[in-house]
Amino acid sequence: MDRRNFLKQSVFASGITLVPSFLKGMEFLTPEQLSGYKNVIIIQLSGGNDGLNSIIPIQNDIYHRLRPTIGKKQSETLKINDDLAFNSALQPIKDLYDQGDVCIINNVGYPNPNRSHFRSTDIWQTASDTNQYLSSGWVGRYLDANCQHPYQAIEVDNSLSLAMKGNTLNGIAVSDPKQLHRTTREPFFNQLINNTQEDMLHEDNQGYLYKTMLETYSSASYIYETSKIYESKVTYPQSAFARNLKTIADFIISGLKTRVYYSSLGGFDSHVNQVNSQDRLLGIYANAISALVKDLKKNNKFKDTLILTFSEFGRRVKQNGSRGTDHGAANNVMIMSGSLKKAGIYNELPNLSDLDNNGDIKYTVDFRSIYASILDNWLEVNDHIILGSDFNKLSFV
Amino acid sequence: MSSFLTDKQIQHLYWRTGFGISPSELKRARTFSKEEIVDHLFSESSGITDLSLDFGILQKDPKNLSREERKELRKLRNQKMLDLNLLWLRQLAESKQVLREKMTLFFHNHFAVRLKTPRAALHLNNVIRKNALESFGDMLLEVSKSPAMLLFLNNRQNRKNNPNENFAREVMELFTLGRDNGYTEKDIKEAARAFTGWNFNKQGTFVFRQKHHDFGSKTILGKTGNFKGEDVIKILLEQKQTAKYITKKIYKFLVNEHINPTRLEKLSSIFYETNYNIEALLRGVLESDWFYDHENIGAKIKSPIELIVGLSKPFNIHYKNPKVLLYLQRKLNQVLFFPPNVAGWKGGKSWIDNSTLMLRLKLASVALNNGVIEINDTADSEMTTMMKEKYYNKMKSQMQKRVKATPHWEPFLDAIEQKSRQQLIDYVLQPNLSKGAQEVISTIDERNTKNFIIELMSLPEYQLC
Repeated sequence: MDRRNFLKQSVFASGITLVPSFLKGMEFLTPEQLSGYKNVIIIQLSGGNDGLNSIIPIQNDIYHRLRPTIGKKQSETLKINDDLAFNSALQPIKDLYDQGDVCIINNVGYPNPNRSHFRSTDIWQTASDTNQYLSSGWVGRYLDANCQHPYQAIEVDNSLSLAMKGNTLNGIAVSDPKQLHRTTREPFFNQLINNTQEDMLHEDNQGYLYKTMLETYSSASYIYETSKIYESKVTYPQSAFARNLKTIADFIISGLKTRVYYSSLGGFDSHVNQVNSQDRLLGIYANAISALVKDLKKNNKFKDTLILTFSEFGRRVKQNGSRGTDHGAANNVMIMSGSLKKAGIYNELPNLSDLDNNGDIKYTVDFRSIYASILDNWLEVNDHIILGSDFNKLSFV
Repeated sequence: MSSFLTDKQIQHLYWRTGFGISPSELKRARTFSKEEIVDHLFSESSGITDLSLDFGILQKDPKNLSREERKELRKLRNQKMLDLNLLWLRQLAESKQVLREKMTLFFHNHFAVRLKTPRAALHLNNVIRKNALESFGDMLLEVSKSPAMLLFLNNRQNRKNNPNENFAREVMELFTLGRDNGYTEKDIKEAARAFTGWNFNKQGTFVFRQKHHDFGSKTILGKTGNFKGEDVIKILLEQKQTAKYITKKIYKFLVNEHINPTRLEKLSSIFYETNYNIEALLRGVLESDWFYDHENIGAKIKSPIELIVGLSKPFNIHYKNPKVLLYLQRKLNQVLFFPPNVAGWKGGKSWIDNSTLMLRLKLASVALNNGVIEINDTADSEMTTMMKEKYYNKMKSQMQKRVKATPHWEPFLDAIEQKSRQQLIDYVLQPNLSKGAQEVISTIDERNTKNFIIELMSLPEYQLC
């Protein structure tokens, strides 16, 4: 869709006042339409989560030898099978795992891994090669290719990640739909929007400001009006992360036509005394996810939802001098859904006797294979257009 | 040869090297040449005003504290971090040493440190301020040895046979060469060994712990020797790439995110050849003709701090509850002393998304008029006068409760000598008005100067400088 059509659909055609007319007469999705309307929740564990202490190769001698003080003892873990165990803070995830709602993919990464947080985050978010610098994110390009409205990808946060920025469309960042909506009712801004013309939306900063304003208008009312339909009765834990997941649940269950949700939990950069800090964060993560899944299941939406959890890199196998770990490479990725085709441990365990020159785990699954599988098998769109080349598809959904 | 600047160009200079210029300052500056104004900027910043806070029991050794006191300690630390934030924000708005403060803000983002220890954070801020217009090399070394940096990037845990690479990586990736600019993973590992033993004592003074240092030979960027941390810093400063990287970042901060390669090359050479003299580099920018070119004016998106300070300054806004200022920083994604991570704030378009933009556009009306942008336009609108009144009143009561800002309008209005429509527009906004804004503004009655100024400040154009 070109920009002209986008503008027509969103704002210009509307007469723009309190409720843009593209909203007027818009039918909300009926329950029948809603079922089968699939969505993805992407959770980023920022800072580089130590996958080896999350899902632990508990029988591996090398693991215990390289991590004499921070390695988990069997008694401190939750058994998955003879080789693997969950960190005990992940009990709620273990419960889901036992119900067949979790798929764990090992050794996910990319060739020539970059160990900078920022660069590796960009690589994951833009789905680029290690030496390729892209200014659009993979979800943003999904919006460009397959969607009409910014609100079809929502980040529940104060700001928008690069992953959510496309070349023509950006996703929407919203933490409080009510507040966002209230601001857009301002008469002065309405006038400004009324007078916004296509040729003002240049590529420069001023054009970018007007474009963002326009996109906000086209989304704020929709999100606010639609998300009023459902407010969760499920009790969520008292963390900012859990509050964000609750907002996502409200959106999904209310029937927002959003396909991709994004949220993140930070603080995983465990260079020092990592055991306590990581276990605490994993607890926050697991308890919030547990409440979310319970909520979705109660409303029969978990079968239409896929939750992808990733981190920008794993950590070095050998612990450092401060009971922590330095930046590593390949890591495990968790997929959760009520519609998994393959639950459990998806592939082979990390090979700790064959590490790279830095002592990091080698990748065997390109992270973009996971994206491609979600795009193709789950969202049913052309993954090649979005990712720029073909990646092997996996069969977890 | 001296040259004179237009009002818009003077405003440009003051926005980029500070937080805008007041009407009375502008009147004075008009009578001076460009060179005189730039000299004046430097001479006003020749002094240094350290931040200082009373830390009370935070200065005591925790071992000497009672259990009760220790419990209070953590709470107090968090409180002092917020006090520190507001203290600096006030200094940014009130200081006469604008250029020094602005460059301190720049290097605050360059040496981005996020800590919960207010003493270390304050010390680092003062280290940066002291060197902000002087030698980058001195700053780099002093920052690297500061408790804040040693804490933040874990160099205290970096020991012989048990290296912690965190600082070694970031000093190359973020502080000197820039990411992937001519160093390898091997260089990082070797440099980490050189920094072993760098630590500080209870008084917060740097110490070199011999028994933790790896005295062996290292090879870093092609040089081999029994290097210590100071040697690594020296090697990094010998690389011309370091001058290029820092110059590029300063160019983007002061001039334009789009780089002119020829100018960049010339400026990096000045920086490198003056042994990283920051004043020399800044003069290379501010005394040039191209800095004042049309393409550079109004081309930058204000950072949240530039926006908040730039708005508060001319009206000397008093916030009855200063926590509002913390709230705004948080919502706009730039909280002083709390950068998102060691790479600092990305800046530019990344400040802007739907949620931050709407708050930014509301900010002037919130701070100056209880959240009301009054328009008495003639244009047809579906919102009736009654609905508008209702909306405004609701907004007003909410804002009065929450924000409690008191602006001082009178001195500002008095200082605006000529109140013609075009002159007000030219003074408040740096870029040219968009077509749409022109139309909206043309329907508005400018005789109510106060409302007119709030409307101008509520345009997307006000987000630029």
